Amino acid sequence: MAIHMSKKIKEGIIETSLFLCALSSVLITISIVIVLGYESYGFFKVVSLKEFLTEKEWTPLFFEPKFGILPLVTGTLLTTSIALLVALPLGLMVAVYLSEYAPHRMREIIKPVLELLAAVPTVVYGYFALLFLTPVLQKFLPDLSGFNALSPGIIMGIMIIPYVSSVSEDSMKAVPMHIKEGSYAMGATKLQTAFKVVIPAAFSGIAAAFIIGISRAIGETMVVAIAAGMMPNFSVNPLEPVQTLTAYIVQVSLGDVPHGTIEYKTIFAAGITLFMMTLVFNLIGFWLRKRIREVY
Amino acid sequence: MEDIKQRIRISKYWNGVFWIIGFLSTLVGLVLLLVLMIDLFIDGAPRLSYKFFSSFPSRFPEEAGILSAWVGSFLVLLVTAGAAIPLGVAAGIYLEEYARKNWVTDIIEINIANLAGVPSIVYGLLALGLFVYLLKFGETILTAGLTLALLILPMVIMATREAIRAIPGSIREASYALGATKWQTVRWHIIPYSMGGILTGIIIGLSRAIGETAPIITVGALTFIAFLPAPPVTSEFPFISFKWLMDPFTVMPIQMFNWVSRPQKAFQMNAAAAGIVLMGMTLLMNGVAIYIRYKFRKKIKW
Repeated sequence: MAIHMSKKIKEGIIETSLFLCALSSVLITISIVIVLGYESYGFFKVVSLKEFLTEKEWTPLFFEPKFGILPLVTGTLLTTSIALLVALPLGLMVAVYLSEYAPHRMREIIKPVLELLAAVPTVVYGYFALLFLTPVLQKFLPDLSGFNALSPGIIMGIMIIPYVSSVSEDSMKAVPMHIKEGSYAMGATKLQTAFKVVIPAAFSGIAAAFIIGISRAIGETMVVAIAAGMMPNFSVNPLEPVQTLTAYIVQVSLGDVPHGTIEYKTIFAAGITLFMMTLVFNLIGFWLRKRIREVY
Repeated sequence: MEDIKQRIRISKYWNGVFWIIGFLSTLVGLVLLLVLMIDLFIDGAPRLSYKFFSSFPSRFPEEAGILSAWVGSFLVLLVTAGAAIPLGVAAGIYLEEYARKNWVTDIIEINIANLAGVPSIVYGLLALGLFVYLLKFGETILTAGLTLALLILPMVIMATREAIRAIPGSIREASYALGATKWQTVRWHIIPYSMGGILTGIIIGLSRAIGETAPIITVGALTFIAFLPAPPVTSEFPFISFKWLMDPFTVMPIQMFNWVSRPQKAFQMNAAAAGIVLMGMTLLMNGVAIYIRYKFRKKIKW
């Protein structure tokens, strides 16, 4: 009987400690919100929210600082849009090709190699964008400056292909065979089946994949920090240098900014803007993925 | 009749065209990866030598090396693995084997999905506020290792869960039928059978950690370190020292970033050489992960 009791206690202790480990992940999110919130609160005591959102210049390190987040947000949206123009169509094509056309053996080989695109350290991509792609693009676009939004945008796009393609492909694979067979029985080709039957059926999965891609592109740091320049530029011209939210944080962190100053707090204000933007996309993505599982 | 034949021909034609488009789209990424590696190799290979690995960074590009960077990367990774593996695997086991379907579990799940999508630099800001200033760990190896551990934690948790989910329920029932407790079932059946998947996830997570730059910059890694951290093994009792945890450091990707951002061609060659080493480590780890997955998949058949 005593053995039985001690066994029960032991089981209870183990379950509780495992639960605490799982709960720690919630603690991480809470700490992120508290740390970002606390430091940005200090920032917004000095700078009004109105100035932050409407001022068109971001020069916090100047003698007469201006704190308008807009140039950083447009910089982020510009590089993200370029990346998406590359990643979404290519990612979707790859997913359709791998799930509907490619022979089994080929898929088994190509998938892990494609995943490598997401595994390459981003600082290496930054090197490649700055010292390989930009000079190549300059041959076709003489107006392109040495630092620009275009080249890191394209590289980021290639980098997030596997994020887009693998989740899309999984959801296409999850479309039940009898639906596809119904389409083939009507005499449809693979192409017609893919675009008129499989893609609509797998829509929420594909949307989730796109959203993961968007969230990645918004948060990507090193490629833009290296190759896009460090100029907060309120412009949507991809040939000019821009600065993104992430690159600004890197720029300030590289310098010696004393703890507690307003310059120090600006990176948290930029950080909370970034966190909010990705949070919205992450939650939509989570909800969409949850929906796919429930459909069939 | 002619009309239908015509239609079929057109459909088949476009089907064939897409076959080629799809194939080419798949090639784009692979070709870029190849070009990247060739470019890196052409620029950096001449700099790769024993001296490159055994020298500290220097003002003179020909004498500069990556000694402090690879030692730093290795030590940071030790801390990351030590923190992320037990925490992540335990959390994964809890969610798959123990968690009841209630709102607490729901919150944990949504939370992990969101954490996986939080930009890495935000983890850097968290670490700056929490580890560096609040807990006063300073700009040290410990801080960097813990930061990366937070970053890869969701990956480890998700890999663990996926691996456990693949184990059929009959295995658990067989174990319970023999009188095993829940923990005994987990300890002697669930963990061993899911080991392959868990290991794969851990290695891929660590390979991500080794290439991460942004959060480490935020917690204040120095770019110019011409000394090594205190050695983890000492000649006196108790032979193991943890002084290195509190030492300043640099890591491979930061060293590479530092060299890329300089205008001189010679430093950019160093950057390429560091890039080759970094790519080599990443590819090696991913290769090992793929191999382990393949090996375990062959070994276990339900």
